Amino acid sequence: MNIIAVQGVSKVFRQKKGRRLLRDHVRDIVSRNQPDGFHALRNVSFTVSQGESVALVGANGAGKSTMLALICGLATPDEGTVEVHGPLAALLELSSGFHPDLTGRENVMLNAAFLGLHKRQALEKFASIVEFSEIESFIDQPLRTYSAGMAMRLGFSVAVHCDPALIIIDEVLGVGDSAFQQKCMERIHELRRDGKSLLCVSHSIPLVRELCSRAIWLHEGSVVMDGAVDEVMGPYEEFMLNPHGLRGGLRGAALPKLGARASSTD
Amino acid sequence: MITWKGDYAYLLWELITKDFRIRYRNMSLGVFWSLLNPLVLMAVYTYIFTKIFVNPIPHFNVYVLSGLITFSFFTTSLVTVTTSLVDNAAIIKRVPIRREIIPIASVLASIIHLVIQFLLLTCFVLAAGLGMTLNWLWLPFVWLLEVVFLIGIGMATSALNVFIRDVRYVVESANVVMFWLVPIIYTFAQVPAEAKDLYQYNPVAALILATHNIVLEGRAPSMVLVSKLAVVSFATLLVGWGIFKRAEKRFYDFL
Ligand SMILES: Nc1ncnc2c1ncn2[C@@H]1O[C@H](COP(=O)(O)OP(=O)(O)OP(=O)(O)O)[C@@H](O)[C@H]1O
Ligand SMILES: [Mg+2]
Repeated sequence: MNIIAVQGVSKVFRQKKGRRLLRDHVRDIVSRNQPDGFHALRNVSFTVSQGESVALVGANGAGKSTMLALICGLATPDEGTVEVHGPLAALLELSSGFHPDLTGRENVMLNAAFLGLHKRQALEKFASIVEFSEIESFIDQPLRTYSAGMAMRLGFSVAVHCDPALIIIDEVLGVGDSAFQQKCMERIHELRRDGKSLLCVSHSIPLVRELCSRAIWLHEGSVVMDGAVDEVMGPYEEFMLNPHGLRGGLRGAALPKLGARASSTD
Repeated sequence: MITWKGDYAYLLWELITKDFRIRYRNMSLGVFWSLLNPLVLMAVYTYIFTKIFVNPIPHFNVYVLSGLITFSFFTTSLVTVTTSLVDNAAIIKRVPIRREIIPIASVLASIIHLVIQFLLLTCFVLAAGLGMTLNWLWLPFVWLLEVVFLIGIGMATSALNVFIRDVRYVVESANVVMFWLVPIIYTFAQVPAEAKDLYQYNPVAALILATHNIVLEGRAPSMVLVSKLAVVSFATLLVGWGIFKRAEKRFYDFL
């Protein structure tokens, strides 16, 4: 069964420069120029089935986070459809819902509410959330006194305690120390064994190789390759070592698509 | 589109208490500061309008305080709700909750503020020997209508503020004008006869008039006034909701 089905999705950001002031809108109306859209995603299609673990890889600005936002229903696609079946836990920047003036405890309760826990569940799981994060002694301190890694520990702990069918991770394990990263990996493997699907974005090639069985490579908003992790990561790694020698350095399946895209934008 | 299957009542409660905690945590005297402002204004206006421009309104301090509390509830809630979506961009961009909950929580959080100020007003009412009557039961009802109005207008302004960040400043200027369109330092009787009918359609003015009726005169507000308040409030809610629903598809792009 498909847990995610993405069909011909494109996403256009109408205001590349972030036009958000009155004068920008007035200028657009007066000069009658349609603000030129920026295609963050072009005609992307893929499916993820139950129990699969998929990595989205690609350079900075390739559209990975945008794709995850579409899957989570945070943004709406301009073309195509995104279907998701079952609850998901999105770790898109773990400490996002955290407020610096609230204590660790208050932030945990608030974030648990965001992630869809009911009050009773949140209270029940509180002890185990704190235990997993290993920061009991700081839990009643305001969050602004935490280090980046400590905040991330708390965020990750809340997220893995809310029992999703699909876990979405956007480059979040980076600031944890190696002991905690190891613990996170174990926890993710455990969730995987329980049959949960995983969709993860990461620039760390070893991490992708360890966690995922399949990889989707995005480049400037289009899918370049979609296949088994070993198949994709080879050319991807090669490309990352020499991104500017792109057209010459790439062979096989990747080449025609990249070539086609490059000529259409020039 | 994903449907978020959490507990909206719990989430709303957490958001409201978050707002309240953040607002007061960094103040050494906490809630006291929210009483200081209306007290100072009341003292100043009472001095000016009983000693300098002498006027015949009885219990002028209570009169002015009930107007000020109502007005400042409206203005502070409107400014905070207008920026609420932008202030909570991190949440909007990362958690698939229904977005309406953010402005709604923002308005509801200011009610705590209001209740504290209302206790202050009650002290002055009792000190003036006015007493409380059964008609005070009207208060929660008319205030509820005002909250409906604020949620409606707040949904529109907060959504527009995402696209045009200048909306916040327009709202602040409108609040300054609003001060003169409501009976705080003058009475409804002084409003020109031909404008009286229209004047009552302003929900802030209607609420102050109703509060004066209940608190100072101990009588129920007139049905005409309450129905005007109700009609405008629910119409605003409908329009605000419509604007919000149209706008929310592009929130991610602009935040
Ligand atoms: N709100 C927005 N308005 C305009 N452009 C945007 C917006 N969000 C993203 N973009 C553009 O869309 C493109 C894709 O962004 P996205 O965040 O998806 O990249 P990414 O693949 O996650 O990159 P990274 O590896 O750096 O996280 C970028 O070029 C970015 O400039
Ligand atoms: Mg990203």
